[in-house]
Amino acid sequence: MNITEKILANAVDKKTVHPGEILDTSVDIVMVHDLTGPLAVEAFKKIGVQKVWDNQKVVVILDHQVPAESVKAAELHKTMRQFAKDQKLRIYDVGRGGICHQVMPEKGHVIPGTVIVGADSHTCTYGSFGAFATGIGSTEAAAVLATGKIWLKVPEAIKVNVTGKFRNFVTPKDLILAIIGRVKVDGAIYKSTEFTGPTIRNMSIAGRMTLCNMAVEMGAKNGIIEPDETTRKFLEGRTETLPKFDWLRSDEDAIYEQTMEFDVSTMEPQIACPSSVDNVRPVSEVDDMPIEQAFIGSCTNGRIEDLRLAAHVLKGKRVKDGVRAIVIPASQEVYKQALDEGLMEIFTNAGAIVCGSACGPCLGGHIGLLAAGETCVSTSNRNFIGRMGSTQANVFLASPATVAASAITGKITDPTKLEEKA
Amino acid sequence: MNNKIQGTAIKFGNNINTDVILPGKYLVLVDPYDLAKHALESLDPAFPDKAKKGVIIVGGKNFGCGSSREQAPLALKYSGVKCVLAESFARIFFRNAINIGLPAIEFKGISQAVETGDQLAVDFEAGKVENISKGMSFEVDKLPAFILEILSDGGLIENLRKRINK
Repeated sequence: MNITEKILANAVDKKTVHPGEILDTSVDIVMVHDLTGPLAVEAFKKIGVQKVWDNQKVVVILDHQVPAESVKAAELHKTMRQFAKDQKLRIYDVGRGGICHQVMPEKGHVIPGTVIVGADSHTCTYGSFGAFATGIGSTEAAAVLATGKIWLKVPEAIKVNVTGKFRNFVTPKDLILAIIGRVKVDGAIYKSTEFTGPTIRNMSIAGRMTLCNMAVEMGAKNGIIEPDETTRKFLEGRTETLPKFDWLRSDEDAIYEQTMEFDVSTMEPQIACPSSVDNVRPVSEVDDMPIEQAFIGSCTNGRIEDLRLAAHVLKGKRVKDGVRAIVIPASQEVYKQALDEGLMEIFTNAGAIVCGSACGPCLGGHIGLLAAGETCVSTSNRNFIGRMGSTQANVFLASPATVAASAITGKITDPTKLEEKA
Repeated sequence: MNNKIQGTAIKFGNNINTDVILPGKYLVLVDPYDLAKHALESLDPAFPDKAKKGVIIVGGKNFGCGSSREQAPLALKYSGVKCVLAESFARIFFRNAINIGLPAIEFKGISQAVETGDQLAVDFEAGKVENISKGMSFEVDKLPAFILEILSDGGLIENLRKRINK
């Protein structure tokens, strides 16, 4: 079996499971946030049970529209606070957490080998720690709150084997964009995508999270990476128990629907052009496209490693006049770290604005929206029509290095060629 | 819920994502009829009006990709969409649709078989789709029994209530 099959088999106490099999699976952790939670609460109240199945296994995180951008949002937050209080649930409120997908592993809610469902499509991020994690809707979250169970079909799996060493300013974001460019937005529907190979073994947790985060952009049910020493080092001290996870290895004879090979050693910085995440080209092909906004943040690329890279590019430089550069650390922990390392000073001196940890412009429902005809280059994960505000605006997706370089020149810029452009 | 549905087809292309079905800025709306006023407006501002009389959406590949927002299928359902047929679905959208009692049926070849304006009849229990306007009839894969049960109960919550209170 592959690692996804092993986790699912373990969750239903079976020796083996096969793709296509439907399992009534026990859930280890369920997460809801401020935009999907209120609907789940409403649905939960209709089921007719008084208490959630296990209040230690439910996490509530307010992150999409925090601090509240409207009275309506404030009401939704109030609903979630009250539900968390009534049910005695763990809640990460404004100033105490940040973006759900960063907070979940930071606060020790992601354990290798567990089954995690979250009412957010990027829940697949936690596969980077060797957990089975997938996104669900609000009604389904309500059912899990009541029963602790969910039906899941065992997915077929795609293996993505990655070799080679990244060139300077080429990052895991460029890799995942290249992968999505090849697999396409519907190429992995219902499937598991397992990232493996020497490049993954040498990759930071932050990079692994970026890869698994965007698995859903190919339609995947989950993204997953075998946990190792790097995983252990990140999680140690964050969780009370860290069970052995040497069983979380795909067998030599594990079955994959297909295997893909990527060599990153010659890879150029990549960019997803409007308005589809698989419309991917080397940045050099769209060089010189003028931009009005540059966004560094989100559950894809708002981690300390991302901010360090952006700060490295921006240090001693100025954001081009006419460009709004927005930096949003993914969590309070990342925010504090960036502060301690002096990154905030670099961003501020460069003329960028640093906002509080939240989803920000990514979902186009809070801050940093675009007007008609404007273009944003963003480290986030979706460039759909209307995603970041006006339906007439354009969003390009790229790495923190590319976004920072573009902020300096005011045009989409390959960070490896910044010196000659600036 | 009635297993037989009739309605006029409105056809869309591939990869219709949840941001165009319902943009993020409307996610603070709570009343499903308020959500419905904005269903698919980025692609067709007149859609909510057209859907009022009861329509069947015919989608291409990967219908409903993107976010897990259940507000997307809710907006469709309350705008008057009775059923979504598509070449394929993004998995979260598919589950959400079923869970709120909106039939979602995968049917490879539907894009060729239907034009906007065609009258369709769908019997999802029998696994039959009929294009009345073109006089054609198709067999589709039947949904598993437990999904049919969720649909006939009107959604997952109703289904769960029934099971818990048994």
